[in-house]
Amino acid sequence: MSAADIHLTDAEQHASTALQHHFDNMEQQREAGTLGMWVFLITEIMFFGGLFTAYVLYRTLNAPSFAAASSGLNVKMGAVNTVVLICSSLTMALAVYYAQTGVRRMQLILLLVTWVLGATFLVVKTFEYAEKFEKGHVPWLNFTWNTPEAPEAMPAGANVPAIRMFYWIYFVMTGLHAFHMIIGLGMLGFLIYFAWRGRYTPEYHAPVELGGLYWHFVDIVWIFLFPLLYLLGANLHH
Amino acid sequence: MSEHIVSRTVYFVIFGALIFMTIVTYLAARVDFGNEAVNTIVALTIAVIKATLVILYFMHVRYSPRLTWVVVTSGFFWLAIMITLTLSDYLTRTPSGLPGTR
Repeated sequence: MSAADIHLTDAEQHASTALQHHFDNMEQQREAGTLGMWVFLITEIMFFGGLFTAYVLYRTLNAPSFAAASSGLNVKMGAVNTVVLICSSLTMALAVYYAQTGVRRMQLILLLVTWVLGATFLVVKTFEYAEKFEKGHVPWLNFTWNTPEAPEAMPAGANVPAIRMFYWIYFVMTGLHAFHMIIGLGMLGFLIYFAWRGRYTPEYHAPVELGGLYWHFVDIVWIFLFPLLYLLGANLHH
Repeated sequence: MSEHIVSRTVYFVIFGALIFMTIVTYLAARVDFGNEAVNTIVALTIAVIKATLVILYFMHVRYSPRLTWVVVTSGFFWLAIMITLTLSDYLTRTPSGLPGTR
């Protein structure tokens, strides 16, 4: 707590519109918000964690099949999307910085850039899903693997049901991640609107800060998805 | 205001580290270490470091109160429990009876 906080009386603190009546001071309000957001993010960790557990389990039991299946993914698109998401995390972090320092124009620009990067990710993802459909790798629609017309990696010990299981896990995990990205874009739209209205000040910018936590979390999920899904079969390519 | 404002320099340094580690992950995955487990360990180690950097700096946990530290750590700890105990069950059953397995 800084000297400035200590010298303010409760009445003075509550006189500012940013402080809700059930908190003693801004610091307490901010910390409660952050903690609440983290509790939500932990439910998200468990949500994705169940899927990661399924991945680890099936992969442990079907290592050759998973390596073969992974070689069917488009590593370039996955890598581009990884870089796009890391860039969007930087712009989001900077948007929070400009919200904290009260530079409305930069805050607005960076939120918009974050939105555009998030949308770019989803566009690339759409092309990727389309490619999977064309190659016949969508488990519930048209799944085939290593047919005479389209030969694919089939190392010793691999089997098609397990390869198909990899693609189920791929679609569910990346699909759920993409769904989180869509929610994130909606959230950014909300932040952009209110940043444009000039609602966020150095004193009150909790939505930008907490929105940032959510966005970085979605980035972290992808940081794990990229090597686990795309790079698993990378040494089969050569 | 007692809020800790992380400087832009820190953000750019972390960003550089994340991009660098992404490239290393990509290149390391193409190397044949003789054992595929090594590729996995390398990839996961880098991913954990990247995630830790994002959590500590982009998500400001490094500058957060102890309570936030405890909550965040416990979340990942419980995830580790879930994965470890699930595997310790499934991997000690043969045959496992899961679809797609022997």
